[in-house]
Amino acid sequence: MIMLEKRPQPSRVWSMATPLVAVLATMFFGGLLFMVLGKNPVEAIKTIFYEPLFGEFAFYYRPQLLVKGAPLVLIAIGLSLGFKAGIWNIGAEGQYIVGALVGAGVGLAFYPLEAWYVFPLMVIGGAFGGWAWAMIPALLKVRFGTNEILVSLMLVYVAEQFLASMSLGLMKNPDGFGFPGSRNLNDYASANSWISQDTGMHWGVVAAFIAVIFSYILLNRHMLGFHIRLTGEAPRAAKFAGVNPKRLVVFVLGMSGALAGLAGLFEVAGPSGQISLNFNVGYGFTAIIVAFLGRLHPVGILLAGGLMALTYIGGEIAQSNLGLPASAIQVFQGMLLFFLLAVDILTNYRLRLSAGKVA
Amino acid sequence: MDLTSINPVLLVASLMVAATPILLAAIGELVVEKAGVLNLGVEGMMIIGAVSGFAIAVETGSPLLGFIAAAVGGALLSLLFVFLTQVALANQVASGLALTLFGLGFSALIGQSYVGIRPPATGQLNIPFLSELDVVGPILFSHDLVLYLSIAIVAAVWYMLKFTRAGLILRAVGENHDAAHALGYKVVRIRIMAIMFGGACAGLGGAYISLVRVPQWTEGMTAGIGWIALALVVFASWKPWRVLLGAYLFGGVTVVQLNLQAAGVAIPVEYLAMSPYLITIIVLVILSKDKSSAPASLGRIFHASH
Amino acid sequence: MTTPLLSLQGLTKAYPGVIANNNVSFDIGEGEVHALLGENGAGKSTLVKMIYGLVKPDSGQMLLKGEVFAPVEPRAARADGIAMVFQHFSLFDALNVAENIALGMEDPPDMRDLAAKIREVSENYGLPLDPYRTVGDLSAGERQRVEIIRCLLQDPKLLIMDEPTSVLTPQEVDILFETLLKLRSEGTSILYISHKLEEIRTLCDHATVLRLGENVGECTPADTTASEMAELMVGSELKTPERAAREMGEVALDISGLSVPSPSEFGTALRNVHLTVRKGEILGVGGVAGNGQDELLGVLSGETLTEADAVKMDGQPIGRLGPTERRRLGLLTAPEERLGHAAAPDMSLTENAMLTGSVREGLESRGFLKWGEAAAFAERIIEVFDVRTPGPENAARSLSGGNLQKFVVGREVLQRPEVLVINQPTWGVDASAASSIRQAILDLATGGAAVICISQDLDELMEISDSFAALNEGRLSAPRDASGLTVEEIGLMMGGAHGMEVAHV
Repeated sequence: MIMLEKRPQPSRVWSMATPLVAVLATMFFGGLLFMVLGKNPVEAIKTIFYEPLFGEFAFYYRPQLLVKGAPLVLIAIGLSLGFKAGIWNIGAEGQYIVGALVGAGVGLAFYPLEAWYVFPLMVIGGAFGGWAWAMIPALLKVRFGTNEILVSLMLVYVAEQFLASMSLGLMKNPDGFGFPGSRNLNDYASANSWISQDTGMHWGVVAAFIAVIFSYILLNRHMLGFHIRLTGEAPRAAKFAGVNPKRLVVFVLGMSGALAGLAGLFEVAGPSGQISLNFNVGYGFTAIIVAFLGRLHPVGILLAGGLMALTYIGGEIAQSNLGLPASAIQVFQGMLLFFLLAVDILTNYRLRLSAGKVA
Repeated sequence: MDLTSINPVLLVASLMVAATPILLAAIGELVVEKAGVLNLGVEGMMIIGAVSGFAIAVETGSPLLGFIAAAVGGALLSLLFVFLTQVALANQVASGLALTLFGLGFSALIGQSYVGIRPPATGQLNIPFLSELDVVGPILFSHDLVLYLSIAIVAAVWYMLKFTRAGLILRAVGENHDAAHALGYKVVRIRIMAIMFGGACAGLGGAYISLVRVPQWTEGMTAGIGWIALALVVFASWKPWRVLLGAYLFGGVTVVQLNLQAAGVAIPVEYLAMSPYLITIIVLVILSKDKSSAPASLGRIFHASH
Repeated sequence: MTTPLLSLQGLTKAYPGVIANNNVSFDIGEGEVHALLGENGAGKSTLVKMIYGLVKPDSGQMLLKGEVFAPVEPRAARADGIAMVFQHFSLFDALNVAENIALGMEDPPDMRDLAAKIREVSENYGLPLDPYRTVGDLSAGERQRVEIIRCLLQDPKLLIMDEPTSVLTPQEVDILFETLLKLRSEGTSILYISHKLEEIRTLCDHATVLRLGENVGECTPADTTASEMAELMVGSELKTPERAAREMGEVALDISGLSVPSPSEFGTALRNVHLTVRKGEILGVGGVAGNGQDELLGVLSGETLTEADAVKMDGQPIGRLGPTERRRLGLLTAPEERLGHAAAPDMSLTENAMLTGSVREGLESRGFLKWGEAAAFAERIIEVFDVRTPGPENAARSLSGGNLQKFVVGREVLQRPEVLVINQPTWGVDASAASSIRQAILDLATGGAAVICISQDLDELMEISDSFAALNEGRLSAPRDASGLTVEEIGLMMGGAHGMEVAHV
C-alpha cells in the first residue's frame, strides 16, 4: 500500500521537476487521446511541439509565439500575485475585455488624429479599464466580504455582453457597411501596438518582459512581495507581521486587473486590430494554467507562457494538417493543469510503500 | 413593445424549467460543501453532463438513458476532483478550476458531431384533468419527471441532513474533520461519496439544459450556470429549501429577461442578458455578511497524519 | 492475583525519524486510577492512541481481561468498553451537545431520548449540562463535560483522560475529581494522563512514567514525593530560574477601560479590561484557555485596533497603531499558536526572522529587504537560544514544537523590547528549555523591560511573576502582588467554578 508522508519541508528538487513531469504525462495521455481520435500520436505531438519551432514554416510560426505568449504571460503574472496571497481572481478574461474596450475607446476617440501621445494614452486607458473592472470584486470583498472568485467570474459574462454591445453599437465602424466590429486599429498609425509585425514584436511583448522582472523583484526583494507570500502561506501570521489584509486585496486584484487590461489593449491595438464580437479567445482562463504551470514564479510563468503559446500554435497546425479538432487542444491544456496539480503533492509529501498495513 | 404578450402562467411554468438546472447543480454542491469540500468544478461537471446526456439520448433515442448517462458522466468527472483533492491533496480552488477547464474542452470534443441535432423529446407529465386545469395545471402538473425529481432531491437532502444519522455524520465531517477522524469516521470516504453525489447532480442539471431547456447541443452552453449554482449555495446559507427558493428566483430573472427581450423592451438585449449575472453579484453582496452557517472545514485539506 | 483489566505488553511504535514508543509494558487493574506520567513528547499520546485504535502498534500486544485486544479503529475500541476524553476536544462547534454526543455513540437512541438520558447521567455524576446548547458557546470546562458524558453513556470499563485539568480552574478540578472518584467506586478503571504531579498524588492509585518513549519506572504516587516523580520524568535535576532583585520603574504600558468585541465567531469579547505594567515588572496573567487570552494578545500586538487611548505606552496613546508601528516603539509580542500565527510554517527561519524583525533589526530599507542581514539575525537567534536546526534556511515546520517556541521567543527577546507580551511561553517545551525561556524572560525584566506573561500554567506564573491577574470570560481581575497568593485565591480570581452549575453527588 502506498502511504503519504509529509516532508519536513518542501522539496526544492520536486518543485522544479513537477512541471516537467506534468508536461511529460500530458504528452503521454494527450497522445493516447489523439490515438483514440484516430490520429498518429507521435506525429500529433511532434506537430504541436516541434513544428512551430523547427518545422518548414517555422519562420512564420515563431513570431506567433510572441503574439500568443505575451498576453498569457502578462495576465498570468498578475494572477500569480493573487494566487500567492490566496486571492483568487479568475475573472481575468473580463478584465482583459474591459481593458481592450477602454483602451480602444481612447484610441477611437482620437481618430483620425495622428499624434505621439495617442498610444500612451491608450495604454493608460487599457490598464485603467482592467484595474477598474477588478476593483469591483476587490471593493466588494473588502467592504462586504463577498467571494472574489464568484464575483470576478460573473463579471466575465457581463464584460462579454458589454463587448457585444460595443461592437454592435457605440464602437461600430461607421465605414464598416453595417458589419459588427470597430475600425481596425492596424490602419491607424498612432494607435498601433506593433513594433515589428514580421517578428511578432509588439509593445505587449515588451510589457510582458517588464512584468516578469517587476514581479520577480517585488516577490523576492520587496516587503510588499514578502507580505503577499506571507498572506498566502499563513494569513494570521501575515496580520501579526503587520499586513493590512484589505489593502493587500485591493493592491493585488488591482494589479492583476491592470495587467489583464494591458494585455487586452495590446491585443486590440495589434494582433487582433479591432473590437469585435469574438475578440476574446480565452487567454484569461488559459493564463490560470500558465500561472500554475509556472509554479507562480515569474520566470516559471515566462517559460510556461511560451509552452502554452506553443500548444496554441501547434494545435492550429495540427488542426489544419491532421484534422485534429480545436477542442482537443483545449482538453490537452486542461490535462496539463490536472497533471500539474496531481504531481504537485510530491513537493510536500513523500510516497512510501508500506507492507500492507493500515495505520 | 408589447408586455401583454407575456403570459404570467406560462412565465411561472417556464421559470421552473429555467431554474431546474441551477437547482440540481446547487443542491448537489450543497451536499459537497456540507461535507467540507469546495468544488468549483460545477460548471465543468454540468457541461459534461449536458454533452453525455445529449449524446446518449440521441444514440439510444431514450431521454431517460440520457439523464442516467449524464449523472454517471458528472460523477465520473468528479472522480478527477476526488483524485486531486482527496488523494493528491491538491488545493481545492485550483482543482475545481482544472475540472471546469478540462470539462469545457472535453465536452466540446465529444460534442462536435452532435451540433445541430435535435434530441428526442423528454416526456411530460400528463395527468387527465389535473394537467388540464387552468393556471394550476401548467404550473404544477405538466412538467417532465426530472423537474419533479429535482424537487424530490431537495426534500431528500433536507430530510437527510436534518433527521438522519448519515446527515449528522456528513455535517460533522464538514464542521471539523480532525474531530470526526478522531471519532473513527472515514472522512475521505464520506467526502468522496459527497463529491460524487454533487457530480451526479451537476451532470443531471447539465443534461436538463441540453435535453429539455434548450434543447440542443452547443459548445459552452452552460454559460456560467454552474457558477451561479455555486453562488446560490452561499445565498441559501447552506439550507436546502433556500436553495430551491434561490433557484426559482434566478430562474424568474432569466425568464423575465428573455420575455422582455422577446417583447422588444427598449433596453438593449445585451443589458438584459447580463442581468442574471449582475443580480447574482448583488445577492452575493447582500448575503455575504452572514458567514456563520458555512461549514467550518470548508475548503481545508485533510490529511490523517497519525 | 486477579487478571488486570488491560495489560500492555511490549508496545512499540515508530514514526519516521522518531520512536514514539519503545517496548512499553504495564497493567491497569480493575477499578484503578492509573496515571501515565511524562513530559510533552514522551510518547503518552501515541500510547493512548494505540489503546483507542487510532494507531496500530508496530509490535507488542494488548490483553483486555486476558484476551488479545487489537482494535482496528476507535469504533472497535469503544465496543470493547474503552472511552476517551481528548486533550484537544474532538467536538463540533456548530452542533449542539446532544448531536455531539450522538456522534460518539455506536447506536444512539432517538434525539429526544438521548437528551433525556444526557440530563440524567449528567446530574447523576455532578456535571449538569443542557443537551440543546450549541457547543461553540460553552466554556472549556463545559466542553469537557460534553466529552466526559459522551464517554459515560457507553458504560466504559476504561476511561482514558488526556490532560483533563489543563483547561480547568482549581475549583473545577475538584468537581472533576469527585466525578472520577465516583466512577472508580463503581468499578470503572481510569487511565489518567498528566504531567501535573500534585494532581496525580491526590487522585491516582498507581503511576507509570514515560520518558522518550520508554517506561522508565512505576510507583505508587501517594508514597512518592513530587520531586522523585519529577526526576523520573525529566531524567535529571532541574534548575529553577534565578530571580535577581530589581527595581520597578515608571508605568510602561497602560490599558484602561478596554472593551473589544470578539473578532471570531466563537471567541471571547474583552470587557472593561484595566491593567498597568511598570518597567522591570512581570505581570502574570492566568486563566483557563478561551477566556480572552488570544484577544488580549491581539489588542496588544496591534492585530486588533481599539480606541487610541485605551492602550497607552509610556503615556502615549497607541490603540490605533498597527503591529509595525508598535514594534518600532518597542512593544513586541509572541502569540501562543506558533505555526500559522507566530511563524509561517512553510517559510524558512530567515523569512520568519524577517516577519517581526524587519523594523527593529533594520532588515529593510525603503521597502527593500536585506536577506543577508535577516539570515544573520536568524543565526543569532538559533545560537543564543540553542534552537536545534541545521540552519536558518530550514522551514519553520521542520522544527520540533519546543525548538520553534525557542525561536519565536528568542526572536522577540533579542529585539530588545521595551514591553514584551508573551502568551504561553513554554507550552509544549521540554523542562530544561522551559526553564531557559523563563530565565530569558526574567533577565529581560531585570534589564528594565516590562513583561506581560499570559499562561495557563499556574506554577510557571508563580515562579516568575511580580504581580498576578486572571482572565475570566474576557474580564481581567485586579492585579495583585504575586507573593503570598494561595491556590484558593487564584482559583477564585480565575472564576471559581466558572459559574458552572455544581450538582452535589
